[in-house]
Amino acid sequence: MSTREQSVPLDSRIRIDRYGGDTLAIRLSGDWKLDQGLPSTAPVIREIESRQPVRGVILEDVGIRGWDSGLLTFLIKVVDFCSTAGIPVTADALPEGVRRLLALARAVPARAGARKESGREPFLPRVGSQALSVWRSTRETVDFLGETAIAFARLLRGKATFRRSDLSLLLQECGSKALPIVSLISLLVGLILGFVGAIQLRMFGAEVFVADIVAIAMVRVMGAIMTGIIMAGRTGAAFAAQIGTMQVNEEIDALKTMGISPVEFLVLPRLIALIIMMPLLCAYADLMGILGGFVVGVGMLGINPVEYLHRTQEALTLTTFWIGLFHSLVFGVLVALASCLRGMQCGRSASDVGAAATRAVVTSIVAIIVATAIITFLCEVLGL
Amino acid sequence: MSMPEPVITVRDLEMGYGSFVLMRDLTFTVNRGDVFIIMGGSGCGKSTLLKILVGLKQPSRGQVFHGDVNFWDADVEVRESIQRRFGMLYQSGALWSSMTLAENIALPLEQYTKLGTGQIREVVALKLALVGLAGFEDFYPSEISGGMKKRAALARAMALDPDILFFDEPSAGLDPVSARLLDDLILELRASLNTTIVIVTHELASIFAIGNNSVFLDVEARTMTASGDPNKLLAAPPNPNVHKFLTRGEK
Repeated sequence: MSTREQSVPLDSRIRIDRYGGDTLAIRLSGDWKLDQGLPSTAPVIREIESRQPVRGVILEDVGIRGWDSGLLTFLIKVVDFCSTAGIPVTADALPEGVRRLLALARAVPARAGARKESGREPFLPRVGSQALSVWRSTRETVDFLGETAIAFARLLRGKATFRRSDLSLLLQECGSKALPIVSLISLLVGLILGFVGAIQLRMFGAEVFVADIVAIAMVRVMGAIMTGIIMAGRTGAAFAAQIGTMQVNEEIDALKTMGISPVEFLVLPRLIALIIMMPLLCAYADLMGILGGFVVGVGMLGINPVEYLHRTQEALTLTTFWIGLFHSLVFGVLVALASCLRGMQCGRSASDVGAAATRAVVTSIVAIIVATAIITFLCEVLGL
Repeated sequence: MSMPEPVITVRDLEMGYGSFVLMRDLTFTVNRGDVFIIMGGSGCGKSTLLKILVGLKQPSRGQVFHGDVNFWDADVEVRESIQRRFGMLYQSGALWSSMTLAENIALPLEQYTKLGTGQIREVVALKLALVGLAGFEDFYPSEISGGMKKRAALARAMALDPDILFFDEPSAGLDPVSARLLDDLILELRASLNTTIVIVTHELASIFAIGNNSVFLDVEARTMTASGDPNKLLAAPPNPNVHKFLTRGEK
């Protein structure tokens, strides 16, 4: 053809020729499948730009053997570029199927503003939206605490609605079913305290005071903290995931539209279950811890068993025991509130449930440690 | 024919999320005994409107009257007492998954009636029989099929013989025959109990078969562009978008 300039090879499957004065023909051949990899559109676009003036582009099939979305992806980019540049594209010489899919893909223009803006938000808006989300979360927390307080008041007046069978199930779930793990952990903590204490005390020949160390540490605070953390990880995560899943399945909406308060129906039984069970578990953990210390004292240090028990009894006062129980009661309330709050705040997707469970555990443990610090300080002030 | 008695009146309603306005200037009336269809394309805010009507989401502006009560200005107690007359069927069914079907239906009855355990069991059996699930009392929601869940949820929504039943896409995810059976059930309920029914749907078959009043939410105009009997709207569409919607965009 005399009007044709010399062709420029790009990818071996693409050739660009010039027709007449100002029309380019993009000729495609060979395999155009995704697994063959896609040629970049950049050289083609460069060609079009460099060969000005271009007043028309013809897409032509000169022996395409096989094609799938790979070809379409390539073509759409070329066609989009041409339409932005105001160059009419003729696709009549493409296979029938390609032409139809191309038309389909371009039938509905991309909705303006629908695509999420990528890139970093400027500093001030970021600070602003962070501040707003902190404010919102604080308000939600205060709302939740208020609603729980009202629900608790209704419970005391005997007007709260929840199913007794739910409560029994929860009592079992966070009571007897937690015994094995509580036993294991407290026994080990008792052993560790005994060991560490023994090594130090041996230097002074005062091994017998291991009993005092273990008893006071376990009963006053360690028993409660260990049970609190176990319950945060075990029960708190479960509460948040249960309530979160109910949020996802619209079950909480269903309660609300029936005029049943989700706080009364879901949060109260969980709160009561932990208020009842935490002190019991804590007392049990104290006992297991002392047993752990006993094993070290008697087995390793050779203290007389009766002597060990006697020292333990000497070291402990009822006040110490009550302080421990008070810790665990507070932890029970905190774990229940934190995990139910996180469950209620859960979004509407599966990953939100996971996030809710994680946040429940983190919030519970932070709350436990902060509460311990406060209670220790108050006991110091009160001289207990 | 008796005078239409307004059950729900919506005035100048605007709804949105944050500063984003989804729909504005919604004004319509649902009368007693209506099967009222809220229709429109995906993402136009049908379900959001339903949430506003039943009290799950506050509108950004405008009023919703249930009877003569300005729903969103009323006290929580008043709102709850109105909500007690609602039955709602959620898109997913939203049965309480930790309870059996019988317990699901019994819960509202235990809450709001003074019936004894034996009587409640009888009412539960009746409601389950009405939706064709007699004998399924002790099944958990996870043990039954999607269509059965929908019907069980309908039984729960009907537990207290509500004045108004709200449906969020009742036939979504159902095969055509089950969807049709659900439609029949809805009509039966209206005929026998004179229940007012509000349905969010875009199932054309259902819309024409059961709807006698409707509102069309236009996602482009961000407001309602038509209301009235869907069959009349099809015969004389007030604008091209309504026509397109009601004829599946066929030319």
